[in-house]
Amino acid sequence: MTATATTHAAPSPAAGRNGKTRGPRQRAERREAIALVIPALLPIIVFSVIPLLAGVMLGFTDATLARNADINFVGVDNFVELAGDARFWSSFGIGMVWATSVAVLTGAFALGLASLLNSRLRFKSLTRIIVLIPWAMPPVVTGILWRMIYDVNSGPLNAALGWFGLGPINFLGDFSTALPAVIVVGIWSGLPQTTVLLLAGMQSIPAELHEAAAMDGANGFRRFWHVTLPGLRSVLIAITSIDFIWNFNDFGIIYVLTEGGPGGRTMTPPLFTYLEAFRNREIGYASAMGDVLVIAVLLILSIYIVAQFRQQKVGR
Amino acid sequence: MNSSPLVRAVQYVLLGVFLLFLGFPVLWILSASFKSSAELNSLSANLIPQEWVFTNFSEAMERQNLLVSAGNSLLVAVCTMVIGVVLTLPMAYALARLRGKLRAAGTVWILATQVFPQILIIIPLFLVLRTLVLNDTLFGLILVYVTFTLPFTLWMMQGYVAAIPRELEDAGAMDGAGRFRVLVHIVFPLLRPGLMATAMFTFVSAWNEFFLALVLLQSPELFTLPITLRSFLGAEGQTQLGPLAAGALLATIPSVIVFSFLQKKLTGGMLAGAVKG
Repeated sequence: MTATATTHAAPSPAAGRNGKTRGPRQRAERREAIALVIPALLPIIVFSVIPLLAGVMLGFTDATLARNADINFVGVDNFVELAGDARFWSSFGIGMVWATSVAVLTGAFALGLASLLNSRLRFKSLTRIIVLIPWAMPPVVTGILWRMIYDVNSGPLNAALGWFGLGPINFLGDFSTALPAVIVVGIWSGLPQTTVLLLAGMQSIPAELHEAAAMDGANGFRRFWHVTLPGLRSVLIAITSIDFIWNFNDFGIIYVLTEGGPGGRTMTPPLFTYLEAFRNREIGYASAMGDVLVIAVLLILSIYIVAQFRQQKVGR
Repeated sequence: MNSSPLVRAVQYVLLGVFLLFLGFPVLWILSASFKSSAELNSLSANLIPQEWVFTNFSEAMERQNLLVSAGNSLLVAVCTMVIGVVLTLPMAYALARLRGKLRAAGTVWILATQVFPQILIIIPLFLVLRTLVLNDTLFGLILVYVTFTLPFTLWMMQGYVAAIPRELEDAGAMDGAGRFRVLVHIVFPLLRPGLMATAMFTFVSAWNEFFLALVLLQSPELFTLPITLRSFLGAEGQTQLGPLAAGALLATIPSVIVFSFLQKKLTGGMLAGAVKG
């Protein structure tokens, strides 16, 4: 909670004072700033900025993993090839379905769970523990865990289906069930964090608003619709869109669960790019895919930002 | 704001469904770590093992590479934490106190790192490390982890710095203390809780990380715990589920401990970021 309060306490009077003083004092302060920033800036430049720029550039070359091979500039060849690569577009579609489903469903479920936790129910501490553990779990452990749950020969899910005379279903191995099964895991691992964030957002809505609405005769559902939801709007939209981007770019969970299989049914773009770069050793081509992904994410993000602005204008 | 008994009953049922969904998988792996391999290989939905087996944990520990990997993970996480905090502190201070263009640039960059897919950076990063002869070394991995956790730790830490009233620093300066003395004697002690939170966050990020380690490490003796655990899954038929479950559970313990301390602080930091972003 400390951090919430602090980030808002940003502008300090002293900053204004310094802004007016020009001359030696300002120059000294600038030198000081540079000295303070350099230690962190150095690794950022070497291991983040340079690789990022290089990554963008590599998309225009024919680089491979081979050590002594020449790297040639090939213009937009990779992108032309990519435009006709059905496997890439298939992975792009799967990535969109995966990231959208996980973000939207996680947001919806988290809204439900957070409002349950916000009402006066018992078992608060038990709930807190249960919500905490999936959040803290390493992605690899999440993958191992759910492979056991979904297992066709020994999983509890198939045992439960057996009680009804159904199954067994090879959830992660079947063409039709693999993507939904992976989406469920995505929701499972994202739900705790989103819930806790929404709960914090709900608790920051002044109680007086709820009381006033209750006095006007609004029932629980109407209070939720007219007080809670508008109060949470910006938090909810921000979390859902960040969640979308994280999942679209995520690698770990799907890799451990299915490695993109069966038959590419869970192959999202980061997985496909990884396999192209480090199994097929086609670094230039893989980088071109990365470039396209960045542009796609930025496009989606800008659509979202424009929509945000529009809505704010309408609201006022 | 009282609800009718029916509404409350529905609420409890829904809460139960949510908790079952979130909790059952965790309980399942907990119970699997105490089951015999015969029971683990048969179709069953029993949470309570038919026969309690306590050797899975010792077997997991005895797998040499698992212990070595745990050691690697610990080394990497501790070094990432220490180096990360040392590098973050001055820059976070600069971001919080000396504002202007620097602050704006920093914020934009922090947000940008959330947008770019890691896969685009990892390819040239691999080449950069190979050029520096740091690929397939734990030191290289540590440097990469430090860099990749920096955006979030900077974000957290500059919030903690901004919380310290500037008047305290000005008062110190008036008493004739130089910037350095003010930092050591006034800012540092007040920053300790925030520093702890940031350090723990960095530790867990490095401990849990999978993708970068998968790409950057090739020698099995350098594997971190997530990589080794995942490699046990690969071998068809040879997977001993009991020790695997036990190992996975052991790998989770440090994060759960840290998270139980940090939960509130992480929420606060992320919420502030989410609303602002």
